[in-house]
Amino acid sequence: MTDVSRTMRDDAARQSGRRASSIVPGDNIAGRALAIVIAIMTFLSCITIGAVSLVQGSARTWQSQIAREATIQIAPRDGLDMDAALEAARQAIVGFPGVAGVRIVDAAETLRLLEPWLGSGLDINDLPVPRLVIVTLDESSPPDFSALASALREAVPEAALDDHRAWVDRLVAMARTTTAIGLAILALMMTATVLTVVFATRGAMAGNDQIVEVLHFVGAEAGFIAAEFRRHFLLVGLRGAVIGGGAAIALFLAISWWAARNRATPEGDQAIALFGDFSVGWSGYAGVAGAIVVIAVLTAVTSMSPSHANLAGLTGREPRNGEFGRPKTR
Amino acid sequence: MGPEILRDVSLHVEPRSFQFLTGPSGAGKTTLLRLLFLSLKPTRGLVTVFGKDRATLPAAELPLLRRRIGVVFQDFRLLDHMTTYENVALPMRVRGREEASYRADVVDLLKWVGLGDRMNVLPPVLSGGEKQRAAIARAIIEQPEMLLADEPTGNVDPPLASRLLKLFRELNRLGTAVVIATHDLHLMDQIAARRIVLADGRVDIHD
Ligand SMILES: Nc1ncnc2c1ncn2[C@@H]1O[C@H](COP(=O)(O)OP(=O)(O)OP(=O)(O)O)[C@@H](O)[C@H]1O
Ligand SMILES: [Mg+2]
Repeated sequence: MTDVSRTMRDDAARQSGRRASSIVPGDNIAGRALAIVIAIMTFLSCITIGAVSLVQGSARTWQSQIAREATIQIAPRDGLDMDAALEAARQAIVGFPGVAGVRIVDAAETLRLLEPWLGSGLDINDLPVPRLVIVTLDESSPPDFSALASALREAVPEAALDDHRAWVDRLVAMARTTTAIGLAILALMMTATVLTVVFATRGAMAGNDQIVEVLHFVGAEAGFIAAEFRRHFLLVGLRGAVIGGGAAIALFLAISWWAARNRATPEGDQAIALFGDFSVGWSGYAGVAGAIVVIAVLTAVTSMSPSHANLAGLTGREPRNGEFGRPKTR
Repeated sequence: MGPEILRDVSLHVEPRSFQFLTGPSGAGKTTLLRLLFLSLKPTRGLVTVFGKDRATLPAAELPLLRRRIGVVFQDFRLLDHMTTYENVALPMRVRGREEASYRADVVDLLKWVGLGDRMNVLPPVLSGGEKQRAAIARAIIEQPEMLLADEPTGNVDPPLASRLLKLFRELNRLGTAVVIATHDLHLMDQIAARRIVLADGRVDIHD
């Protein structure tokens, strides 16, 4: 056997061991740029989804926390036996339907509440400060507030009921507005993502006209070519979307980890008071997963959109550049 | 609309026949081959391939007809991201065949055209003549019923040109109708075959 034929055999062996090149070239500049564009747009969309989910969740928490309580305030007056009045108020509403519990804020606790303003070492009985009774409400069947207020006024004329409803109404309005703004931004973001992905995919596809043409010339059926490109672009889209969505999820987790670590500090407490524990709810993660799938599928579908299929001759029409023997352009 | 490149052209390529297609540059050789390969529609006139009229051919049948035709393009049309071996194997791959069923054939043919040691190389590093041989190998690997070759010896030296001509002749003996577009008189003189001469949009046939 000659050396040459041995070399040929070795080549053949190497050939068979080697993974076949994909029909659509994988890492050219257009393909990489497309994956990067998809990753960035997915990241931004997912951040928006997470933010909307966070605001929605926080608004819901604020609402329920505030709606869970009402406060009775008893103003001091000359000759009023405050302890008796507090007890009378408690008696008046304790059995009321919709009231889950009543708690008198006792003298010591009131003093503690006032300490930052008035200093320590005071006798509560010397001070003309109003006293509080905290009413815990049954959220599922809230009481009839006007009946509650009139029952209370009958028992203790000095008592005033604050059902926090003004607060709740304002919060609900604010939460609705915030969510609506968030959804509008999300809609804009998704539109921008769709358009960017569509045009970037078409751009990447345009560079493949030569390949489509050659595939036609060697007898490939339109379905075969379409499937090859769809698979290729699905993978490109999936890679970009997973990177972008993964980065967004990593950011969510980092923020909630940061929030948990800073729970004790004043800044952390403030942030937690506003945004709960900063955890993006399951709806946020589901939204991210949905966005990844939608964007990857969109990329695959766009690569073979009807307009482009025409361009590339996939509908059986004349290939645009289908000149056999056209002067070499490379 | 530009000028009419081909007019009053009437010819028939017989099964198992062998012919040269010649004429000055710009005479329309490539255009005629494109018409035969169904990559161009005539603005008027009738083109039938394997008994099917181009005008009424459903799009879905186009690939099936093209599989019966092998083409060597004047500019080769190799895919730059695939090795020589993969380019030559492409017709089988798009037919959905298993690689094991054709690997040996492809390797043999590549050796025969002198590309045995260039199998795993990408086309951009091949010489013009090597690309041409790869393009020829891709066109004949499936033993088509008709071979259309556009200047298939334009980039090789005369001894290799003769060798390739013998390959075409061999293919023809095995049953392929061969049409070779060329202006190489020396090449045509090596074989007594029908000559289709294009000039001024007309055709002259010398049997
Ligand atoms: N797609 C096209 N649109 C318009 N005119 C074209 C097109 N392709 C080729 N032509 C013209 O048709 C004529 C014939 O071209 P063709 O390529 O068929 O010549 P040829 O005989 O193959 O020449 P050569 O020997 O140089 O390859 C030329 O004048 C060319 O400019
Ligand atoms: Mg030509």
